[in-house]
Amino acid sequence: MSAQTTPLLEVDDLVVHYPVPRGLIGLLRRRPQLAVHAVDGVTLALQPGELVALVGESGCGKTTTAQAVLRLVDPVSGSIRFQGDDITELGMRALRPLRRRMQIVYQDPYESLDPRLRVQATVEEPLLIHGIGRSRAERASLVRNALARAGLSPPELFLERFPHQLSGGQRQRVAIAAALVLDPQLLVADEPVSMLDVSVRAGVLRLLEELKASGLGILMITHDLSTAARFADRIAVMYLGRIVEEGPAGEVVRNPQHPYTKALLSVVPRRDPRMRRRPQILRGETPDAVRIPSGCRFHPRCPIAIDVCTTEDPSLRRPDATQSPRHRAACLLA
Amino acid sequence: MTALLEVEDLHVWFDLQDGGELHAVQGVSVGVEPGERLGLVGESGCGKTTTVLALMGLLPPSASASGRVLLEGKDVLAGGEASMRPHRWTDVAIIFQGAMNALNPVQTIGSQIVEAIELHGRARRTAARVQTGELLESVGIPAARADRFPHELSGGMRQRAAIAMALSCHPKVLIADEPTTALDVMVQAQILELLDSLCRDFGLALILVTHDLPVVAQLCDHGAVMYAGEIVERGLVDTLYHAPRHPYTRLLFAATPDLGQEAEEIVSIPGAPPRLDRPLVGCPFRPRCDSAFGPCATARPLLRSVSDVQSAACHLNDLHSGAPG
Repeated sequence: MSAQTTPLLEVDDLVVHYPVPRGLIGLLRRRPQLAVHAVDGVTLALQPGELVALVGESGCGKTTTAQAVLRLVDPVSGSIRFQGDDITELGMRALRPLRRRMQIVYQDPYESLDPRLRVQATVEEPLLIHGIGRSRAERASLVRNALARAGLSPPELFLERFPHQLSGGQRQRVAIAAALVLDPQLLVADEPVSMLDVSVRAGVLRLLEELKASGLGILMITHDLSTAARFADRIAVMYLGRIVEEGPAGEVVRNPQHPYTKALLSVVPRRDPRMRRRPQILRGETPDAVRIPSGCRFHPRCPIAIDVCTTEDPSLRRPDATQSPRHRAACLLA
Repeated sequence: MTALLEVEDLHVWFDLQDGGELHAVQGVSVGVEPGERLGLVGESGCGKTTTVLALMGLLPPSASASGRVLLEGKDVLAGGEASMRPHRWTDVAIIFQGAMNALNPVQTIGSQIVEAIELHGRARRTAARVQTGELLESVGIPAARADRFPHELSGGMRQRAAIAMALSCHPKVLIADEPTTALDVMVQAQILELLDSLCRDFGLALILVTHDLPVVAQLCDHGAVMYAGEIVERGLVDTLYHAPRHPYTRLLFAATPDLGQEAEEIVSIPGAPPRLDRPLVGCPFRPRCDSAFGPCATARPLLRSVSDVQSAACHLNDLHSGAPG
């Protein structure tokens, strides 16, 4: 992971808005067109063989960021570079060959797999769509390799099964195999284990760890800081469409600089009953992303906000109290 | 002295469509005292929700139950609906994971709570409305929001409204079935803080059903770990974490990532829980256990006390007095 290599993914000042429907009356009365500022200036980089966790509460824009990266939603502004090439403006046809290099695994393997397809057909489908593998035998061998890579071995045991004959962990591995069969360089994992039982989560997370070690870049979306802290190389904390803190996972967890990160970390329940602490609970809820607060968007809930926070919008910069040159936070007081 | 709520040797069977039976709960015994907080932990399908539905008398018609559910010494399970009905909500109340499903979407939250209060004859009209306002305030919802519909509230506020409704008849026991699973961490922390203060301030007994061990570790005094329809270990949460006497408890903790322990190996438990539609032979956990030995294949271990504050169902405890593994 030297700084000289081209990053796998570079997102620069990405903005994604969803228009709020005005309705006929609103249109006739010329009410202003409002928009949900789902992603409001996100800058992010991912190296090959790196796992970055995008952490935040529902509605903070982490899933929209991932969808924009995969060009599943169109950004209003900003740029997305994949392996050095700007893909922000690419049309559908030009995107197609890129799509096999960037794949996504969804949260719920009970929903994401077609219940009528056997494992063999589920994992083979992406090959057919992308026209890979000339013969049935060639595709079958690619399918077997992908299943083995996803930890379903021997593959023969699983090929003929239907999703309902698999456990939750096995289903998620099939979904991962269907992504791996195209040999992607980037994998987006949207809450990959939150629907799984605790006893099998670790297995799926360690699979992601192995894939990472083989050079795959992984963008993992999660709300679980304990998981992010254990499995990610870097953590990016999102609040209301912005990354408010970002850095090496250990550094962010042990030396958080943004008050939002500090609060989030303080409410994570610990396994050890002796580690009961007074959590720093933020009152109220995240404001809606239609009316973003002025200045620092966190100031209405911030326990340490001062006057200037209501007017000045802080940008990500290296805080004074950090050892790591790659640790950044968007707080005027950090 | 009789316990506030005591479940003794509870069994629940579900009739299956093919004529078979699924033995979902296989002899569960638990109890709570006023102000006590018990965490019922386990993976999906282990029977934790079925257990609490049985003790609320809310099982579907396809289920049959045996055993005793004693409320202040009185068996409310034996007489069926007739004996359960006077106690449901007034003595034992329950909240569920999806608060949206517990609330009527076309009625304001206030009128739903007023209805519950009037139905149980605790107050009428103006007095019921005043009580509703107080209830909402006590769970952190401004009384003025009583005229809101469920969809106008956030997930956290809906769960608070469901808690207010569950408390409307001043129950002694509150059962919370995965109360924070669908919520964000910050909102989860707010709800856990609320449950904590309700237990502390009103002496409410809490049975928290969850798959989330850290939540139990933070909120509960006692924990009961369920596996394959039975409790395999129970005790003070502190001893469950620091000195587990059942391998499943130990492995479950080891499979849970913990903030601040990033260097630690996180290990999943191989295999899957057994099917409960056929008789179990030996220890149900044996195929996934890392310390199984001779008797585990043939004899089912019984839940036996291993100290003043802890019981476990594991043959290893017969072998030596130390902790297994």
